[in-house]
Amino acid sequence: MKTLYLLIPFAPLAGAIIAGLFGRAIGRAGAHWVTIAGVLVSLLASLMVLRDVMDGNTFNGPLYTWLTLGEGANVTKLEVGFLIDRLSALMMVVVTFVSLMVHIYTIGYMAEDPGYQRFFSYISLFTFSMLMLVMSNNFLQLFFGWEAVGLVSYLLIGFWFKRPTAIYANLKAFLVNRVGDFGFILGIALVLAHFGTLDYAQVFSQAPAMAGQTIELFNGAPWMLLTVICIGLFIGAMGKSAQFPLHVWLPDSMEGPTPISALIHAATMVTAGIFMVTRMSPLFELSDAALSFVLVIGAITAFFMALIAVIQYDIKRVVAYSTLSQLGYMTMALGASAYSAAMFHLMTHAFFKAVLFLGAGSVIIAMHHEQDMRKMGGLRRYLPITYAVVLIGALANAGFPPFAGFFSKDTIIEALHASQRAGSGIAYAAALAGVFVGALYSFRLVFFAFHGKERFASGGHGDHGHGAQASDAGHDDHAHGAHGGAPHESPAVVTAPLVLLAIPSIAAGWLIGTVVYGNYFGDAVFVAPAHEWIEEMGREFHGVLPMMLHGLTSLPFWLAVAGLATAWYFYILRPELPAVVRAKLSAPVSILENKYGFDTFNQWFFASGAVALGTKLWKIGDVALIDGMMVNGSARLVGWFAGVIRWLQSGYIYHYAFSMIIGVFVLLTLFGMVLAR
Amino acid sequence: MTHHVPWLSLAIWLPIVAGVVVLASGSEKNAREARVIAFIGALAGFLVTLPLFAEFDIGTSAMQFVEDAPWIERYNIRYHLGVDGIAMPFLLLNSFITVLVVLAGWDVIQSRVSQYMASFLIMSGLMNGVFASLDALLFYVFFEATLIPMYIVIGVWGGPNRVYAAVKFFLYTLLGSLLMLVAFLYLYNKAGGSFDILDFHRLPLGMGAQTALFVAFLLSFAVKVPMWPVHTWLPDAHVEAPTGGSAVLAAIMLKLGAYGFVRFSLPILPDASHALSGFMITLSLIAVVYIGLVALVQTDMKKLIAYSSISHMGFVTLGFFIFNAYGVEGALVQMISHGFISAAMFLCVGVMYDRMHSRMIADYGGVANTMPKFAAFMMLFAMANCGLPATSGFVGEFMVIMGAMKFNFWIAFLSATTLIFGAAYTLWMYKRVIFGEVANAEVAALKDINAREFVILGLLAAMVLWIGLHPAPLTDIMHASVNDLLKHVAQSKL
Repeated sequence: MKTLYLLIPFAPLAGAIIAGLFGRAIGRAGAHWVTIAGVLVSLLASLMVLRDVMDGNTFNGPLYTWLTLGEGANVTKLEVGFLIDRLSALMMVVVTFVSLMVHIYTIGYMAEDPGYQRFFSYISLFTFSMLMLVMSNNFLQLFFGWEAVGLVSYLLIGFWFKRPTAIYANLKAFLVNRVGDFGFILGIALVLAHFGTLDYAQVFSQAPAMAGQTIELFNGAPWMLLTVICIGLFIGAMGKSAQFPLHVWLPDSMEGPTPISALIHAATMVTAGIFMVTRMSPLFELSDAALSFVLVIGAITAFFMALIAVIQYDIKRVVAYSTLSQLGYMTMALGASAYSAAMFHLMTHAFFKAVLFLGAGSVIIAMHHEQDMRKMGGLRRYLPITYAVVLIGALANAGFPPFAGFFSKDTIIEALHASQRAGSGIAYAAALAGVFVGALYSFRLVFFAFHGKERFASGGHGDHGHGAQASDAGHDDHAHGAHGGAPHESPAVVTAPLVLLAIPSIAAGWLIGTVVYGNYFGDAVFVAPAHEWIEEMGREFHGVLPMMLHGLTSLPFWLAVAGLATAWYFYILRPELPAVVRAKLSAPVSILENKYGFDTFNQWFFASGAVALGTKLWKIGDVALIDGMMVNGSARLVGWFAGVIRWLQSGYIYHYAFSMIIGVFVLLTLFGMVLAR
Repeated sequence: MTHHVPWLSLAIWLPIVAGVVVLASGSEKNAREARVIAFIGALAGFLVTLPLFAEFDIGTSAMQFVEDAPWIERYNIRYHLGVDGIAMPFLLLNSFITVLVVLAGWDVIQSRVSQYMASFLIMSGLMNGVFASLDALLFYVFFEATLIPMYIVIGVWGGPNRVYAAVKFFLYTLLGSLLMLVAFLYLYNKAGGSFDILDFHRLPLGMGAQTALFVAFLLSFAVKVPMWPVHTWLPDAHVEAPTGGSAVLAAIMLKLGAYGFVRFSLPILPDASHALSGFMITLSLIAVVYIGLVALVQTDMKKLIAYSSISHMGFVTLGFFIFNAYGVEGALVQMISHGFISAAMFLCVGVMYDRMHSRMIADYGGVANTMPKFAAFMMLFAMANCGLPATSGFVGEFMVIMGAMKFNFWIAFLSATTLIFGAAYTLWMYKRVIFGEVANAEVAALKDINAREFVILGLLAAMVLWIGLHPAPLTDIMHASVNDLLKHVAQSKL
């Protein structure tokens, strides 16, 4: 079995290495075959592992010792190893499945790109890193995977490294993530300092005994140790899972090619934070304060990011903000101790958001790399398959039964309702409001792009809209010579993965009885007896069909319908209205267009501030004070002193004799004083 | 423990003899022969350090490969050599880097080739001498002697402002180390006429004496590390030094100062070390934060990497003065790792400088378009420089942060800011130099790295990844000696 575990991450790694180092030798087809084979092997192995863990088998063991630390009896072994349980097995299947679909899709999407082999190498490397993160049995390897996926994300956002916007976005993404990692590593360091180990199982078993421990961060103000640890770890999650206020990198990451937006920035990497907190549930459960913090951060993200999605014109950015909002839902679920609901939403979201992104990508190909929805419209006649899958994705995203998103989102909302933790009230309100907004932006996208009047000029898209929305609209502009003709449906290599992902976007929700209410996770997730709100809800769960029927009479459903209706009214019935509303509400719209001013503030305060401070420290501290006064100053002092000495060495005997007499006199006086003591 | 083959003496004298041979062979006409002899000498110098690794006994903290012979009998000065788990890795690092530096100067240095190569070989031997000395005066002689070849390298093959930089480098470091000599003489008398470093370790000393000696050592070692605020010679020296000089300076020479702290200050002066640890930690954290910000705004790539070195060396001194195994071992790993990464970064700048004759970030842009292989290598080293896991840069930083957390939350907090600063200055530079559209005609005309450069960068990349993925063999070497050191530091001499 261990060989099988090894195969899962290392098959994609092998593919990545071959495609990366020998890309020229094996050619384009060679590169995609070798990486697809690697990921396929990985998926099949993951499915076998899933079946195995469903039978109750788990594994927790080391691969090799990375480092031993400490002295004498207090030796800490830091190991690289695997923990295979129901939580990791589920993630492994989701990651490898979406990755495989994206690999296949990429054959079509990147067909004309000169960096074809490099791209396949990167996405396979990503798959490896993500799997190492997910399969880890300790904090150290988790951090390895955590940073490795960050690296690949950096490389992929900046894949088209000639574009200034892309290399700005990837640097920004890396640095913002590093801010999160800063908190994360402090959390890990606290764990090591107080638990003496980084092994999950050992840490978790000691955790209850640690619940009463405090540390004094500030004099006289003791903090609960576990609260500090959990908040540190969660700051890491806020970076990776793009939670407010570290969300700023995710929209810009759309500069990367669309397949990675789907794989990394929607389905898998950005959910690493959700997975991590779920994995750490034995720690988080012991700190209500940390979970309340999680709850509030999630609520802010879920609602406010959804609002921005409503006013975006770039089709990818709509989906990006929708991702932020959905990640907020998952985070809220974590905060309400509804880990299984969060993981379930993670899974359904992985499918339907991949569909939306890859569907958007298919539109972008058809539109010859136009991403501005104002230049689309009426596409459903030209792109029937894409239209169908995007519609499914939108329905799932908006939470309509029987689509997957309904089950997961509804469970989260119910859990927030049931939760008695401080902050649940706000979160519940944010979640409900988010449903309306979610349905609105989802169907705005569908209606705006696929229905209504055709706003593209068939036969060549002259200006590409560069001027109008220069700051907002990123364009996938790889070499694409011939424009022209009406939009046409993408080739099978693009649509097949779409269809394969659309199926679970509908059906994955039906697994709710197993995953959420069936105690699927078992021991992998810990919920304190006082927080078993999901279990209470489970008592009222009587199957998928009754849940749907019940859903039809509940508030979230009607909010979603209202959102859909609003979108329909504005974009189908009265398509001239949005412009009017935009003009009337120019103040709030401009707040949204500026994304609440975070980018401006960060640029001004952190980026320019650090540069200004660095310049000051350099020019004043190093150049003026240390070098100017001390170093060169002492050189000048020596020079001056030498000048004085030179003057003393006059060459006249009587000068020397005179100074000698004075010297003798002084010495004798001193000598006398010493003796007198 | 005596050995039949004096490996340490070989490690010291073989490069020096090779250097003298190169020097003797040299004239402008037979540069090729000089290069070949230098390469053979450097390679042989590296090969003789391998037994140190292979035959090292990791179970003991005692000195190994000991050689002991009288040198100046009248003053009981001895030719006493030996290495423990702290010193041994540095001989390998040094000799390894020397091979690369000889290769890196191969086509680049066209004037006074034999003198150039000889300087590096002799310097390599002398620095091995520093790490292997167990006699304080022998240590002092080697420590000071290393200044001469480096002074020559900067002063002769350096940039336009080389004389200022060379003199600044020389005076700064010389003035610092004179006090060390005074300290040695004091200890010599106290020890009843012995310069044996191990005797010093056992010497009882009062608090006043310890403090005075600590300050004397601090001045000499802090300049060399360099610690804030005596660091300003380093950026100037790096900017003016030729590529090879920068690589050796950053990779090895800075380590001499840090090594001094673990060999002298900590075990000889445990009480003063504890008493002044707050001061040392403060200086170290200033190096991490202040220098991190200063590095951000540099416009000259070499200056940026020089400041980055100071910041990384701040982690080393921080690790030493938190007095736990995580910190001390982390600091040692950081020293080794920084040896590879800083050498690699300077060699990368050298690769570009050889082609464009500019170190200014603004003169570059879009290098990835014309030098993709080079861009990939530099990506790896840049990531290692910002401490990405699975590279060696992570290991030391991680261990020191872990150690600092055991010591105090806020020290860990401030030291962990390097995650952000390190990434900011390194990747921002990388972005402006490597990414983007081809910036100008000169960048458009760049040729990707040749086989020689590929080998150099490839070897460094292998080391960076190896230590990052499996640091256990390296730290296993250090365990016994570090634990013994910590035992010494924990015992009060009062």
